[in-house]
Amino acid sequence: MTPRTITELAAALRDGSTTPQALLADAQARVEQTDKDLNAYLSVTRELAEHQADAAARTLEEHPETASPLCGIPMALKDVLCVDGIETTAGSKILSGFKPPYTGTAVQRLFDAGAVCVGKTNCDEFAMGSSTENSAYGPVGNPWDIERVPGGSSGGSAATVAAGSVPYSLGTDTGGSIRQPAALCGVVGFKPTYGRVSRYGLIAFASSLDQIGPFARTVEDAALVFGAIAGHDPCDSTSEPRGVEDPLASLRAGVAGMRLGIPREYLGEGTEPGVRASVEAAFRVLEAQGATLQEVSLPSTDVALSVYYVIAPAECSSNLARYDGVRFGSRVERASLTDMYLQTRGAGFGNEVKRRIMLGTYALSSGYYDAYYRQAQKVRTLVSQEFEAVFKEVDAIVCPTSPSVAFPMGSRDDPLSMYMCDAVTLPANLAGVPGISVPCGFVDGLPVGLQVIAPRFEDARVLRVAHAYEQATDFHTVPSPYASRAA
Amino acid sequence: MTETATIPAGLDRYEVVIGLEVHAQLLTRSKMFCPCPADYTSAAPNENTCPVCLGLPGVLPTINQQAVEYTVRTAVALHCDIPVFTKFDRKNYFYPDLPKGYQISQYDLPLSVNGHLEFPVVGETVRCGITRVHLEEDTGTMHHAGDVLQSATSSLIDLNRSGVPLMEIVGEPDLRTPEAAREYLVRLRQILMYIGVNDGNLEKGSFRCDANISLRPRGAQELGVKVEVKNMNSFRAVQHALESEIERQCGVLDAGGTLVQETRGWVETQGRTISQRSKEQAHDYRYFPEPDLPPLHLDAAFVERMRAALPELPEARALRFREQYGLSAYDAAVLTDTREDADTYEALVGSGLSAKLAANWQSGDVAALANEHRMPLQHSGLGVDGLASLLRLVDAGTINGPTAKELLAELYVAGGNPEALVRDRGLAQVSDTTELSALVDAAIAGNPAAAADFRAGKQQALGQMMRAVKDATGGKADMPLVNRLLRERLAEQ
Repeated sequence: MTPRTITELAAALRDGSTTPQALLADAQARVEQTDKDLNAYLSVTRELAEHQADAAARTLEEHPETASPLCGIPMALKDVLCVDGIETTAGSKILSGFKPPYTGTAVQRLFDAGAVCVGKTNCDEFAMGSSTENSAYGPVGNPWDIERVPGGSSGGSAATVAAGSVPYSLGTDTGGSIRQPAALCGVVGFKPTYGRVSRYGLIAFASSLDQIGPFARTVEDAALVFGAIAGHDPCDSTSEPRGVEDPLASLRAGVAGMRLGIPREYLGEGTEPGVRASVEAAFRVLEAQGATLQEVSLPSTDVALSVYYVIAPAECSSNLARYDGVRFGSRVERASLTDMYLQTRGAGFGNEVKRRIMLGTYALSSGYYDAYYRQAQKVRTLVSQEFEAVFKEVDAIVCPTSPSVAFPMGSRDDPLSMYMCDAVTLPANLAGVPGISVPCGFVDGLPVGLQVIAPRFEDARVLRVAHAYEQATDFHTVPSPYASRAA
Repeated sequence: MTETATIPAGLDRYEVVIGLEVHAQLLTRSKMFCPCPADYTSAAPNENTCPVCLGLPGVLPTINQQAVEYTVRTAVALHCDIPVFTKFDRKNYFYPDLPKGYQISQYDLPLSVNGHLEFPVVGETVRCGITRVHLEEDTGTMHHAGDVLQSATSSLIDLNRSGVPLMEIVGEPDLRTPEAAREYLVRLRQILMYIGVNDGNLEKGSFRCDANISLRPRGAQELGVKVEVKNMNSFRAVQHALESEIERQCGVLDAGGTLVQETRGWVETQGRTISQRSKEQAHDYRYFPEPDLPPLHLDAAFVERMRAALPELPEARALRFREQYGLSAYDAAVLTDTREDADTYEALVGSGLSAKLAANWQSGDVAALANEHRMPLQHSGLGVDGLASLLRLVDAGTINGPTAKELLAELYVAGGNPEALVRDRGLAQVSDTTELSALVDAAIAGNPAAAADFRAGKQQALGQMMRAVKDATGGKADMPLVNRLLRERLAEQ
């Protein structure tokens, strides 16, 4: 059976054909069945989930009309999202055993809507990576080919949806960490506009780039989840005060008459031929739906990667200073304070995290700040301006999400080739614009993703274009081998 | 007040250059970036904390509006320019009392710049530039089992103070003597307390000062090597530390040596500064804009509202007291020392008392009692209204001075209604001429020797007869009247 969507499950919960407890038991069974291979979960939150399922059942019984469509639906959270009393490690040894005393805003909004949290998903340590191989708790397998990576950093959240265990999950996207694994796992992954979803309770990697967003099987489901988590939060000063446009209102409006831009820089030499073919086919589908496609240019794309790898590490070097062994997480006991700091951080952080802390520390150092950090900020402004200019010509951008399909584990052992994975996703983070990845084909049985990008706060437009494409194709209905097997 | 300054030798050859950095905790209700109470002293260790001020993973700061207002209020009081655009930055360094591993502060675009403070030092007006006033957060506090962290066997951390709003006031290197440095601090503290943004407690560290000091040959243009002096927690300590540092620097320079740029700590018990870290060991704080906080735009209307809400500052108030109430410069300064004192004085005068009488009593007996009981009048049993009632009885001649003094001392602690007490205890002054004349006659008759001495020109002899009348009235006689009546009577006879 094809794994069901939130919309279908919500209807089933209301017509009495299932219960939140039954859905939870089903999800738990699927996780149990698949996770020895996938390693998508860092923890299964059985007690919390059972409590939430019972509460959701009561809500559905007492207020079936007003209950959220998310009420009673199982889901999973990337392990960088804090949940009160639930171990939250960010995929790092340094946070082993850390149980936050509070729940983050986006998660709380889902809980308030009646969500049932099945567990915390595996990810690259502190969300730094594009393959989930940087998790301190082992890599995640791609449900389409267990020998291959699911992408990253939100690999666990993408894999569990692709494996059919839960209809949706939350991930975070700093340079492509939602969209790229969504593409590699054949699911929908949406990074909202920066500031649209509160970051309160998200363990920070790079504060000016991080954004929480959903993985789902359909664009409609992603829109539902986005609608539930979006909106201003007084606890996050960078969250946008203006109201959220209902993403469902315009979801089915189609793309007829829309102008869509294809950045020539996003289909460069690094793009695998199969990916290129799938994406170009997708362009023709959109044209058939009545959209006008045209080539546009984002000339700073080639330097955006460099800019990203100055700004993100700079912010990370500061954000990760709090992991010092003094108050929480793991500590290596030593006689002197300096030795305790060095040993704790030396033992607690993995290589990629250390590499980025060092890069960022260097970029912010006296004498180098102007050459690196300040210069990077200037070019970042340029990247934003280029997006703004393009959005004067076109309504949205369509392009590949990833230049490649899922690659074999261990095949990208030099950092630079790994960094290239995000070349076409990270510009959206630098500009703060929303982006989505929607399944658009297969190359040798491995999924390909189509990326849609729109201007800031035009989240509904991103979802609308993606939905129009999705409805005209059936790539999103093909279950991964794991999803079919588990069913 | 003034200490006898030991002027170091060598100051004929060198000019001293001093600039002060003051950190003042703001009297806001909540902390700088979270809703926790900012009062960190009256809570149990780590009680006033939350995920934000504990620096837990995933938390974000939100700006305390009141702290911004207090800083702008300070900035306008110090004649600063307030830029429209200001932002916060992160100052990165590791220390166990700094939970996030960075302090949210302000680097290149502070809330205010380019102000000044004017104050008298030995009769001359000194003007010290204010480079900037900016806003940041305080750290937690540590208690070491041992003298210092490095040799401690263990350390306890209290994060109640973590995130308390802290204002940094950076002064220009315009000060030339330790005395001027001290006066600058006294005056700055007075202003901060006047405008209600800081409680001025140096001992507890809610008002802290670091000093930068260098010497240069007289007449030289370029500045000498700068030394930063820390660990001074009283005005006296600031003055002594600077004097000691001048002496040390003079010694090095006179011996042909060169000074090193470093941070030195004042050790009160040894009366000297000791080196803490050299320039080479100085931190690279890797400042960068705080990505969790959007920049602040302070519009002109907001700044004007802050300016309009500013209370009358001590200097202006003292000047007005001299003009409006005819007070001496000294009295005016004493009575405007704190905003509470000045308010009290104006309440007394406003209740109909004469300006001179109110000034004498407030700066005399009342000040002495406040000092003795370590309790300001406002919090005493008597209160400002009680004092006004008492002084009205003096002003109206209902009670005499000595009676008023006794009553004041009693009521200051115990409280009570002065009018009722005077009535109930029959303390009203005896000023009936007929009654007093009879007592005067009796006193002359009872002290014939004294009367004879006085008539022979011995003025002191009057005292014995005055006392006799005073005793006969149980101390309630109107003594100036008794004095006059005695003299009249003795002249007649």
